[in-house]
Amino acid sequence: MISVDLATTAKRELNQALHDLADDTPKTRWQVLNPQGQHALVAGLDAPISVDILGHAGYYCAGMNQQASVTIHGNVGVGVAENMMSGRVHVKGDASQAAGATAHGGLLVIEGDASARCGISMKGVDIVVKGSIGPMSAFMAQSGNLVVLGDAGDALGDSIYEAGLFVRGEVKSLGADCIEKELRPEHKATLRRLLDAAGVGPEISVEEFRRYGSGRTLYNFHVDNAAAY
Amino acid sequence: MCGIVGLFLKDRSLEPQLGALLARMLEVMTERGPDSAGFAVYGAGEAGRIKLTLRGTDLATIAAAIGAHIAGAATGVLRDSHLVISLPLDQEEAARAWLALHRPDIVVIGSGHRIELYKEVGLPADVSTRFGLSGMSGSHGIGHTRMATESAVTTDGAHPFSTGPDQCLVHNGSLSNHRSLRRMLEPKGIHFVTDNDSEVAAGYLTWRMREGASLAGALEASLDDLDGFFTFVVGTENGFAVLRDPISCKPAVMAETDQYVAFGSEYRALVGLPGIENARVFEPEPARVYAWERN
Repeated sequence: MISVDLATTAKRELNQALHDLADDTPKTRWQVLNPQGQHALVAGLDAPISVDILGHAGYYCAGMNQQASVTIHGNVGVGVAENMMSGRVHVKGDASQAAGATAHGGLLVIEGDASARCGISMKGVDIVVKGSIGPMSAFMAQSGNLVVLGDAGDALGDSIYEAGLFVRGEVKSLGADCIEKELRPEHKATLRRLLDAAGVGPEISVEEFRRYGSGRTLYNFHVDNAAAY
Repeated sequence: MCGIVGLFLKDRSLEPQLGALLARMLEVMTERGPDSAGFAVYGAGEAGRIKLTLRGTDLATIAAAIGAHIAGAATGVLRDSHLVISLPLDQEEAARAWLALHRPDIVVIGSGHRIELYKEVGLPADVSTRFGLSGMSGSHGIGHTRMATESAVTTDGAHPFSTGPDQCLVHNGSLSNHRSLRRMLEPKGIHFVTDNDSEVAAGYLTWRMREGASLAGALEASLDDLDGFFTFVVGTENGFAVLRDPISCKPAVMAETDQYVAFGSEYRALVGLPGIENARVFEPEPARVYAWERN
């Protein structure tokens, strides 16, 4: 275990050391002390390592992550795991706005709540939020899955292209062209896989969730407009 | 972009440290606002007296000159470009009249039983050092660091804004209907010193509270009447409140312990607070009024 104390080491030094790791690095376990809400912590990783951040992190924590498994033992600011490509980011506390924004792959698990715009423009990431999510989540979502054990705020899935939204609690309102859909066996299988991956036990049944997705009726999808393009 | 901070103490034993804690919070927010900074501190008040915070130049003789003009004693504390004068409660109008006649260059930026308010152009650390913020004590305080985007870097544009007794507001964001609100408020006797949109928000709350609303009630009403982006932190003589616009356009994080309630644009601003490791740290929800009062 390599321990880096940000009370005495500059953040850039930490990030650079992590960027320098090769795919076959033997330095696979890291912990970061005294993060003190600094921004862009452990952003841009691309190695099969695990990093534990002991405390609250600021904006864009673990952004652009590839391969790495990052656990934040605290809250995170705006844009955690923004544009993640692969790997896993696990937030033990709450996440601020735009968690998992534009992310293409990997798994983002948030133990607490995520505020507004969770999964905005998500492009393939799987996000599991054990608490509730704020308004305008999954705005213009394109691919991937967003699983919420609690409630969703206003305008869930507004202008959604394609993505699977699964909410166990109440949805305050659906955004434009986001509709409730049937929860078929294949969706239940996906949901179970994601719940298992996020460490949610069998006490939470897939039957408790409702599924939402694209109504595919936004103007640009309308077949009558095909000639306009 | 701007940075805002606020600290409301529940534990009176922390009061001597209020200024030092607030100064540190303000300085951390330099990256969000390096152009100007300001803060309001609610210190001790004296029964039957009111404090006016004046901003200008050649302030050294003002307290004596006003004292010679009004009934009762006037005392002044000079801090750099600001002077806080203490007057008998019923002499505020006489003092303001004297200033308007003899020193129209001086701006009264705040008044009240307990509030003192300071703001200047410059880096937040320099501004707080010039005014000696870290030596101030009080029950609560709010501060602002400004990155000017739409108007000039002047002290007039610096926050906090105070439009009523012991009231002040800091704002991160911008309002789109401030002109029409100003036209609505001015005939109702709400007086504005600058062209700033944030001052209109302060004036709106002053008007609502003057009409009988509580601080929380005034903020609740503002959700219907203000159009634009905002995170507000508001102080009154005994109260402290936070409100974000319905789409939470501007960042906010709060921490609460048995000793205090703290607000920051970013969590970084809160890391120097005592016991922050075990505080309840949360993001205030959009369009929800958070208010605390203490007696």
